[in-house]
Amino acid sequence: MNIVVCVKHVPDATADRKFESDNTVDREGVDGLLSELDEYAVEQALQLREKRSDEEISVTALTVGPAKAADAVRKALQMGADKGVHVSDDAIAGSDYLGTSLVLAKAIEKIGSEQKVDLVVFGMASTDASGGVVPAMVAERLGLPQVTLASVIESQGDQVRIKRDGDTATEVIGATLPIVLSVTDQSGEARYPSFKGIMAAKKKPVESYSLSDLGVEASEVGAEAAYSAVEEATARPPRTAGEIVTDEDGSGATALAEFLASKKFI
Amino acid sequence: MPARRLLPSEEAVDLIALVRDLATKELAPRAAEAEESAEFPRDVFRLLGQTGILGLPYAEEHGGGGVPYEVYLQVLEELGRVWASVGVGVSVHALSCFGLVTKGTEEQKKEWLPDMLGGDLLGAYCLSEAHAGSDPAAMRTTARRDGDHYVLNGAKAWTTHGGQADFYKVMARTSDDRNGISCFLVPADTEGLVADNPERKMGLMGSTTATMVFENVRVPVERRLGEEGDGLRIALAGLDSGRLGIAAVATGLAQGALDASLAYAQQRTAFGKRIVDHQGLGFVLADMEAAVQSARAVTLHAARLRDQGLPFGREASVAKLVATDNAMKVTTDGVQVLGGVGYTRDFPLERYMREAKVMQIFEGTNQIQRMVIARSLDTSTQTGLELVR
Repeated sequence: MNIVVCVKHVPDATADRKFESDNTVDREGVDGLLSELDEYAVEQALQLREKRSDEEISVTALTVGPAKAADAVRKALQMGADKGVHVSDDAIAGSDYLGTSLVLAKAIEKIGSEQKVDLVVFGMASTDASGGVVPAMVAERLGLPQVTLASVIESQGDQVRIKRDGDTATEVIGATLPIVLSVTDQSGEARYPSFKGIMAAKKKPVESYSLSDLGVEASEVGAEAAYSAVEEATARPPRTAGEIVTDEDGSGATALAEFLASKKFI
Repeated sequence: MPARRLLPSEEAVDLIALVRDLATKELAPRAAEAEESAEFPRDVFRLLGQTGILGLPYAEEHGGGGVPYEVYLQVLEELGRVWASVGVGVSVHALSCFGLVTKGTEEQKKEWLPDMLGGDLLGAYCLSEAHAGSDPAAMRTTARRDGDHYVLNGAKAWTTHGGQADFYKVMARTSDDRNGISCFLVPADTEGLVADNPERKMGLMGSTTATMVFENVRVPVERRLGEEGDGLRIALAGLDSGRLGIAAVATGLAQGALDASLAYAQQRTAFGKRIVDHQGLGFVLADMEAAVQSARAVTLHAARLRDQGLPFGREASVAKLVATDNAMKVTTDGVQVLGGVGYTRDFPLERYMREAKVMQIFEGTNQIQRMVIARSLDTSTQTGLELVR
């Protein structure tokens, strides 16, 4: 079985985020890492390979992004993925979800031209743009069923069954491979790489693709081709001190209850 | 602000990043409470074993990471920065494996090392006795030969992981000669081996310390490391490396104290400005940074000598002395930077200060380190010029 996990290199959410003059995220000036939500996707792919250890299963980590994005692939390889693919091209900068999904779909097709791709795994969203729509778009472009937001994944042969937790109901969804799957942060904690994994990752193959390798025109992607653009980005104002209720005449409890009710907490 | 490090390889960079990640997610959220309630984090050591951190300095053929001490000590430092008890625990565990790696037979290594380095078996180290700390040759615990067994009797004080460990590296007397001491690896579940109640310490409560009592403990001959009489040499050979481990943990502890102090000084205001902008406190922080960097520099110097296979005993003692004295000073100053709240248990600085104190005492008191350094100065004939190979 051939599994492709799509991983994104994002700015460290615990550090200050900055924007470029064109309102795109500053990816060069800040520390980046493999999006935590994508770690769950890598984890599920690795677990699937471990559970079906009698089969030949290969896990490829695929990323689209500038040179530094290679770190996301390397982390996936350290966790246990078998090989990596890094699509990098200056023309991709500023792409919206549609542009990104086009590049990803073409890259998956290229990977599939050597060995058919049975399963594409995504995290539920990126921790920077938080769109959560790319899995569906890639599925559409590839003409594959999309099975999204899985919290539990089971598979046997070419059958996959997932659990999807909604606000009011839990759905169990079945699908036949090949599919595009996205997994939530409830699907199971991602493993840490081991030092052995770090050493082994150095020897794992990573292929680099440019847009022309994928047969994508520069005019189809990037900020120019984007259907939407961020017009303004303003840092969140610092937290204010909040409201202090002082109980001087016995009305404190009422005041607290009214405050909570006004915020719809009670 | 994390420490600035110059690392020799990309994998070393990734390793330190992994350790920082682990320390932030797995250690930091638990440290304060576990120290308060004296909870030993056995599961943390299992996780560290699985990720390969317990075996880093040992050869790959034995299941280790084959990492130079220069890198390994910076890993210990990162652990110590977040939770000193865990840093000390890793150092002690590494020390408990040391004799097996250097003096064990191939069969002994094959049988025990993978589990020891993989985190399934946690080690402890039994050298000191109540009356024999700095002078281990004065020990009274005996190992009497009885057929294909030794019978151990006595009590070993200050055993880190005492009562928690799965095996104990024990030094015991096999003859009446002052140096007639041998080394044994004793499984924790051996009959007659019991741990006293844990010591009620000033700090490092997340690291259990207890006296191990040996009452007719029968140990098969195959569990002796090296020859009879090799024990003191094995113990002392490991001590230099152990001292470096403690120097690294102390450096990390000081870094942690500096980080917490700086963060506080950047947000706390007095007289209309941040207290870091008051020169009086800014200079205290600057001195703390200088002390941390000095500690790191001497520790890594000794580590690099060790990595080159050169003698490093004097430098290890200098590192242990400087790093732990500096940690004491830095943590004490950290309490001062925080002022009143620094003295409360709601902030970690007072804990760091209590933890720093023991580092001047264990793994050879700092007075012993000075003795070692002075003796080495007096007898040294080295030219002092060494080439990196």
